[in-house]
Amino acid sequence: MSCAVHARGLTYRYPGGQHALRGVELHVGHGERVALLGPNGAGKTTFMLHLNGLISGTGGLEVAGLEVGRDTVHELRTRVGLVFQDPDDQLFMPTVAEDVAFGPLNMGLDRAAVAARVDEALGAVRMEHVAERAPYQLSMGERRRVAIATVLAMHPALLVLDEPSANLDPRARRELLDVLAGVDGTMLVTTHDLPLAAELCERAVILAGGRVVGDGPCEHILADERLLSAHDLELPAGFDLRRVRRRSRPGDGPEPLLGAIGRDHGPGFG
Amino acid sequence: MSGLSNHALELTGLAGDPCSAVHRLDPRAKIIGLLGVTILAVSTPLAHWPVFLACVAVLAAYASVARVRPGALWRRVRLVLPLVLLAGVLLPFVRSGGDALEIGPLTVHTAGLVIFATLAAKATIGTLSAALLSATTTFPAVLRGLEAMRLPRLLVLIAALMYRYLFVIAGEAGRMRAALLSRGYSPRHALHAGPTGRVASALFLRTYARGERVYLAMLARGYRGAMPQLVPLSFGRSDAAFVALVLLAVLPLRVIGAAP
Repeated sequence: MSCAVHARGLTYRYPGGQHALRGVELHVGHGERVALLGPNGAGKTTFMLHLNGLISGTGGLEVAGLEVGRDTVHELRTRVGLVFQDPDDQLFMPTVAEDVAFGPLNMGLDRAAVAARVDEALGAVRMEHVAERAPYQLSMGERRRVAIATVLAMHPALLVLDEPSANLDPRARRELLDVLAGVDGTMLVTTHDLPLAAELCERAVILAGGRVVGDGPCEHILADERLLSAHDLELPAGFDLRRVRRRSRPGDGPEPLLGAIGRDHGPGFG
Repeated sequence: MSGLSNHALELTGLAGDPCSAVHRLDPRAKIIGLLGVTILAVSTPLAHWPVFLACVAVLAAYASVARVRPGALWRRVRLVLPLVLLAGVLLPFVRSGGDALEIGPLTVHTAGLVIFATLAAKATIGTLSAALLSATTTFPAVLRGLEAMRLPRLLVLIAALMYRYLFVIAGEAGRMRAALLSRGYSPRHALHAGPTGRVASALFLRTYARGERVYLAMLARGYRGAMPQLVPLSFGRSDAAFVALVLLAVLPLRVIGAAP
């Protein structure tokens, strides 16, 4: 199954008439990990909601092999996993296990298959021990990982995460990175957390004012200080991009230093 | 989250031994059994004390099998019972009939006392039943039981979402209250209540916006209007035996007592 995203001139206006997206051109290929960067109000979340047919603008949008439209939304929602920014929005069932089962049950799987999916998804985020707990009893980091499990249980072809590291302490953020690095498949991550993008994604796209204003290898985009500052983004003070190790995919070899990748790509780095 | 609301909400959890025979019963058996006891008690005419005694004995046996300690039960009951009793406390003073007793400047009539005692017994049995159900059955299990008993699915869904978001909304309310207090808000009289009203309206708007986001999150995972069920319930022989035992302990007394 294709898990590519092809947005061609995607435009969306809020009911008030204000533009959120002004002709977004974005093509994401199979298996890519893409960081979608941009300041607040850039249209990142609006774009993300389009990928699941939750809102629909004008222009062309093809996701996971389906042209997004009224007839395809149900199929689309089983192929695209959306992880919302606030886990309290995502975890609405009384227990964690029921919440993780919600998506697979909606897909019409039988109970045995659903139970297997729940175990597998909670295992993938290392949260098997909280299956019978209520979401409010979990810490923010734990809720975030469970929210990811609720989507992984549907075996999405494309995983889309909205600000996954927001409100996490350093340890919870590290654990989240470990979980995400262990997920195989196409991934689109909207974030302000540039170090997270550097560690996880090989490609970065900057969205500002509802348009794509930068697109390229992550280590190039993040090394371009003028581009970043023009769109209210910046790396943490003293942060050395070259010493970051890019997380490898499951089954891949050693994790390269970004400094080494940067030399291969030529100028524009350091 | 403010300590008080958190504490009150924590009382919705289980008490006693979670592995007891009572805890393991099908939620439908416990709902039918305890609701049956309550209905029998409430429908009993005035002053039929053996029926009330039988109800209390059944509930006491239930609590002891489930190992719910009296203290844990009292912590749950005290939230509701005083309010219920308050509603009837004036009855002995205003209802005339029977012998009159003089207590200082007040006159108490025995007819009123009997009505109050009956009312108190019914209220206590009803409240104890509800408290025991909540102590031995998780709220999600009660919801599953109600749904399996053909309560409209929409009502069950609303109750489930209310339960889920009670904690979130209580947390938001607690944070907003802390924000008010930390900027020197100390209401002294009713005219100072304005900010509290604005907090309430802000809370309503936030809750409304959250509702929209939750609905989007449900749609994103394939929701099409029906809540799926994960764990099927099974009503076995022990569940049927429990219901029969509970009702047989009270029903005969109730039927004999009501006979003219």
